[in-house]
Amino acid sequence: MTALVYVLAVIVGLAAGAVGVGGMLGIGMTWRLPALLPLGGVSLVLDPLAGVFLALVGFAAVPASLYALGDTRRTPRGRVAYLLFVGAMAVVPLAANALTFLLAWELMSLASYVLVMHDRESREAIRAGWVYAVMTHAGVVCLVVGMLLLGTWTGSFEVGAWRAAALAPGARNLVWTLLALGFAVKAGVIPLHVWLPLAHPAAPSHVSALMSGVMIKLGVYGLIRISLDWLGDGPAWWGTAILLAGAVSAVVGVLSAIVDRDLKRVLAFSSIENMGIILIGLGAGVLYHAAGLPALAVLGLTAALYHAVNHAAFKTLLFLGAGAVVHATGTRDMDALGGLIKRMPWTTACFLTGAVAIAALPPLNGFVSEWLTFQALLQNLLIERPGVNLVFALGIAALALTGGLAVACFVRVFGISFLAVPRSDASARAHETEVPPRLAMTMLAVACLALGLGATAVAPALARVGSELIGVVGSLALGDALTLDVSGNFASLSVPVVAVALTLAGLGIVGGLAITGRGRVRRYETWSCGRMLQTPRMEYTATAFANPFKRVFHFFYRPVEQIDIAAHPASRLFVQRIEYANPTRSLFDDWLYRPLLDSVHRSVRVVRVLQSGSANLYLAYILLALLVMLVFA
Amino acid sequence: MIADLVGAVVQLALVSLGSPLLIGVVRTLKARLVGRRGPSPWQPYADLRKLLGKERVVSTTTSWIFAVTPTILAATMLVSALIVPLVISRPALGFAGNVIVLMYLFLIGTFFLALAGLDAGSAFGGMGGSREVAVAALAEPTIVLAVFALAMRAGTINLGGVVERVSTDPWVALAPGHLLAFAAFFIVMLAETGRLPVDNPATHLELTMIHEAMVLEYSGPDLALIEWAAAMKLFLFMSLLANLFFPWGVPTHASVTTLAVGAIVLAAKLAVLAGLLAVMETGVAKLRLFRVPELLAGSFALALLSVTSMFLLR
Repeated sequence: MTALVYVLAVIVGLAAGAVGVGGMLGIGMTWRLPALLPLGGVSLVLDPLAGVFLALVGFAAVPASLYALGDTRRTPRGRVAYLLFVGAMAVVPLAANALTFLLAWELMSLASYVLVMHDRESREAIRAGWVYAVMTHAGVVCLVVGMLLLGTWTGSFEVGAWRAAALAPGARNLVWTLLALGFAVKAGVIPLHVWLPLAHPAAPSHVSALMSGVMIKLGVYGLIRISLDWLGDGPAWWGTAILLAGAVSAVVGVLSAIVDRDLKRVLAFSSIENMGIILIGLGAGVLYHAAGLPALAVLGLTAALYHAVNHAAFKTLLFLGAGAVVHATGTRDMDALGGLIKRMPWTTACFLTGAVAIAALPPLNGFVSEWLTFQALLQNLLIERPGVNLVFALGIAALALTGGLAVACFVRVFGISFLAVPRSDASARAHETEVPPRLAMTMLAVACLALGLGATAVAPALARVGSELIGVVGSLALGDALTLDVSGNFASLSVPVVAVALTLAGLGIVGGLAITGRGRVRRYETWSCGRMLQTPRMEYTATAFANPFKRVFHFFYRPVEQIDIAAHPASRLFVQRIEYANPTRSLFDDWLYRPLLDSVHRSVRVVRVLQSGSANLYLAYILLALLVMLVFA
Repeated sequence: MIADLVGAVVQLALVSLGSPLLIGVVRTLKARLVGRRGPSPWQPYADLRKLLGKERVVSTTTSWIFAVTPTILAATMLVSALIVPLVISRPALGFAGNVIVLMYLFLIGTFFLALAGLDAGSAFGGMGGSREVAVAALAEPTIVLAVFALAMRAGTINLGGVVERVSTDPWVALAPGHLLAFAAFFIVMLAETGRLPVDNPATHLELTMIHEAMVLEYSGPDLALIEWAAAMKLFLFMSLLANLFFPWGVPTHASVTTLAVGAIVLAAKLAVLAGLLAVMETGVAKLRLFRVPELLAGSFALALLSVTSMFLLR
């Protein structure tokens, strides 16, 4: 029965993916069921942009469901919620009126809430679910209000009418701000991200994979729609806001990821970082669009879409890999892992592929989209406004810093969790995962490779989607089958050539060594300064690896040193136990959410005076309210 | 076509065969500057030959990551040798990648070296790896911004385009924005190639070293590959510095004479830079590890100033 659900999900995923690709290639479709619901009924339209995101949902759901098939005992609860989750995510990009959109959006949020709370015994899951529910509904409120205002001012709840309507600038800015806030919560934009590092690790791994790989992308989808489509041509500050939000999210996301010890939470923070990178590309696109440079606008949008697709591939892969590790060892603490490369070789190879891809190293896919984002940013001199140029320069610096820190982050994740010797018995007893999860991970690893090597096919296809959306006549030339050429002569990249050259150089070196070298190998234990004993306790840990970053960015982490020394009662010279912890503190909790919650609590205390609990008093309130209304009516 | 191929072979040969000499020259110069005779500039070749003839001692805790890393590292440097304009402005693989590709090719090496450091399971490897990735990460923004400053002037970010554009207007090389970018890039080069004051290439004191700690477990031919790759990285970075910022005399088309001229000009520029590096390394002490970020932040500030001056003076 359980297996059947996931098989069904695989089939739904494949179908959605196929339809999505069709939409991307220009097959338009419209379904309308006006009688089904009030306020315009259900209205679904497939256009190229919707196609991209539908394909994303579909093709990510296939490996995630396959993974869940691997061990159905692992996922006893939440089968129906899972199906609803996947279905709702597939409807969101298709929705063509306010009601359909909001219903699908809310269903997606509620289904994922149920999935986060799958383990009702765990305090962590309960807290995660609570924060997730509050944040996501704060976002939904913004969306509902924004769409109602839009509907009232344009006189229609249909997307087509929004495009045609010419709103006053003030109204348009208000609607954009409200909707952008709503979508930014879902996209995990800093500082609205607090739910993400709680909810993603708490959910079962195949759900985490979909939440990080796909669901948060739908926030980006919304931002693309409101900034370039539904509300018409916007002012430049929309782009500036998106770009700066992206830059902050990218840097803060990766900085948070680099010090965390929880394997899945690191991946969740890294999702925030990657959303930041996507938004940097999108922001650049919106800025170019506002400046009347449509070709560059398409380039920025292409970079954003490409990175969204890539992130879906490698983040799904990494979460499934992390799921396999957690299942095999029972822990998410990296300082208790290690040595998995010899115990789970297949999972390790797939995870390494994902790590290389997300660290944006060529020739895998993450590199191509980061490269495109760089090229989109580097051409900002065509906008002749020093202020805007400075924003771009900051975006460039943030993107470069993020790239470097992401490499550090994934060296740490992979090196500490998979290499060297196990740091705990659980890790020493780990075993390779079952066949369906391995198949799922392999599919995604191959996708990472294909999206990298096939850049000359993928980028033009996404650029066509972008041109269609922005309304550029004719297609954007992006080089030939071998080379990506950006803006004529500005920059070029050939991933296959780099890949082949690297392979040939590697083979040449191996061959050269085979001829000249003697090839004698002696196996011996690791050098340990002459000590006789080398134990796992002497290995470098995830905490130690992160220390240089904690020191360099101490103004962000604000680490607290806690040393607890327990001495023997006879004398404090006989130390029995030393505990050391060096936790970091969250800027956003301390400076934003704590004061906000405190003020909410204070105002609630004031209101509480009215709520005595006495039914008579409440009846009196009703009477009073009735009287007031009668008097003023 | 034939000429391009010859150009590619010349570039590969220059980088792969010439890089140990560059290291040797810097070492000899440094020795002379402090009043020692020092080894011959050809000593690194003897060192590499010795290492190639030795056996490998491989730790029992290591996996295939440790085994493939030296090859991956050296391969990325060889590919970079075909992208950086050394003796010709548009080398064979110049079309396949620009400076961003180059940056990330170097990061591949850093990524795998740091993993290999962790793979042996000793604290040294982890310590070196963690420091190396930290320095590399902090150097990235400066590299990109410095190159952006150059690209703004040239209207392209392809290295060949930057070289050609600047060489048509020779005095651009002395513009203030240009010089600021040069200073920024120079500091980053010191950090990326593990020179003083960031890392001391001559030390083997565990607690202060970065690169050497990371590769502590390597021996024999593997160590030879890593040292060779490190030499190539220095050669490539210094050539980038020489040819991007002072692109005088870089030929734009390949023929036997232009390639020869290009090689001589490059050798002259590298000699000057090697002299500068030796003087610098003799004059400064190694920074404490946690002061290094301040140095890199300074280089970032220089790069940002350079970009801003380009905005304002265009």
